[in-house]
Amino acid sequence: MNNLSVEHLTGIKDLTKEDIELIFKTADSFKEVINRPIKKVPSLRDITIANLFFENSTRTRLSFELAEKRLSADVVNFSASSSSVKKGETLIDTVNNILAMKVDMVVMRHPNPGAAKFLSERVKTKVINAGDGTHEHPTQALLDAYSMREKLGDLTGKKVVIVGDILHSRVALSNIYCLQKLGAEVMVCGPTTLIPKHIGELGVLVEHNLRKALEWCDVANMLRIQLERQDLKYFPSLREYTMLFGLDKEMLDSLSKEIIVMHPGPINRGVEISSDVADSKQSIILQQVENGVAIRMAVIYLLASKIGR
Amino acid sequence: MEKQVILNKKHFELTLKRLCYQLIESHNDFSETVLIGLQPRGINVVGRLKVLLEEILGHEIICGNLDITFYRDDFRRTEKPLIPSVTNIDFVIENKQVILVDDVLFTGRTIRSGLDALLAFGRPKKVELLTLIDRRFKRDLPIQADYVGETVDTLSSERVSVEWDEIEGEDKVVLYTPEGNE
Repeated sequence: MNNLSVEHLTGIKDLTKEDIELIFKTADSFKEVINRPIKKVPSLRDITIANLFFENSTRTRLSFELAEKRLSADVVNFSASSSSVKKGETLIDTVNNILAMKVDMVVMRHPNPGAAKFLSERVKTKVINAGDGTHEHPTQALLDAYSMREKLGDLTGKKVVIVGDILHSRVALSNIYCLQKLGAEVMVCGPTTLIPKHIGELGVLVEHNLRKALEWCDVANMLRIQLERQDLKYFPSLREYTMLFGLDKEMLDSLSKEIIVMHPGPINRGVEISSDVADSKQSIILQQVENGVAIRMAVIYLLASKIGR
Repeated sequence: MEKQVILNKKHFELTLKRLCYQLIESHNDFSETVLIGLQPRGINVVGRLKVLLEEILGHEIICGNLDITFYRDDFRRTEKPLIPSVTNIDFVIENKQVILVDDVLFTGRTIRSGLDALLAFGRPKKVELLTLIDRRFKRDLPIQADYVGETVDTLSSERVSVEWDEIEGEDKVVLYTPEGNE
């Protein structure tokens, strides 16, 4: 296996286990590259990549941009707040106009679920999904699984609990697909209102008691409470959420084994995770960020190798 | 496929020993010199040279592996993606004398990529090239080796394979010639 089975990265659902292993193997090399004195390789010097962000992002956009630049690609950035989208242009028109300027690959974040797949079927370019609404965020799931594997080795049989707002989380869905493909067991934990009703059909366990979930797991991935997506009241107050589903040092230290704590960022310190947990030695939040660049380099490199000359 | 042994086990060993003494002539005690093998097959040559040199000199020789995949000039020109191997250079090459090592020198394109890749780790004082087999008259680029184990004249359609005791079961160098092409 030395070629991806997909032409675009729109979601983890479309990837095979071999694809994920290939991305990880390639990311190993890029991780070494980004720790060199000169953190740059010339592979993509004849490729131009457009980063289209129709929704706010700091970390993902920076991470993609750094990954692209470290592969020597030319980069153009676009954010919806300062564009013709505001003037009523459709997504396809916007992207085709950008492609007319000879762009080879598009990295897109969009508020609508399925936007990346929709685009990949309609434009002649490689598309990487950087988050589409509440659907998928494939590179985040890849970097999460990669970071877990770095700590724990093979993920087969490992137990991962995803805590928090599963309903609105693209990170949760991509993580579930990715971890299951790698043989891990997944549990979701959160208030009933934030767990999708039929999530059990994906083969995940559901738990509403944080302590029980943490006692079960090897890794806890604490999701951010997405206040911007809470158009309804899903829980009475943030304070109550923190009391029931927030992870603090006291809880972490009282567990019968040492677990790994992850967070996709940005952290609401003192809400889903307390400051001392975020900064503890069990937390690998900053390793996740470092691995994010290596994983994105690997995905871009492997997809770019499929662009014909 | 016609098969011809260019170096047998005995000559293979003699050639490696000779290369070691040639290296020592130019680099004395190796205090300012490092060996870097090019992935994938150059690292086997380095592995062997390291053992022999350490036997002769009686102290450790600094060695590394360099992968050149991301510096190749044929990215997107082949059907399959170019999958990298491991780079392992955990020492400083700044102001050091670096000897790049590969098993076969053919078109010179690997070495060109290797020189580019090497510079990502600093500015060496001097870079030299050692190759076990030199397929002369077949260069695409103006690159020549400073230390050569054996020089052979070959056709482009032929293939030279350096085989190792620890991988293929015997130390030897074999020239493969396609049928009807000899």
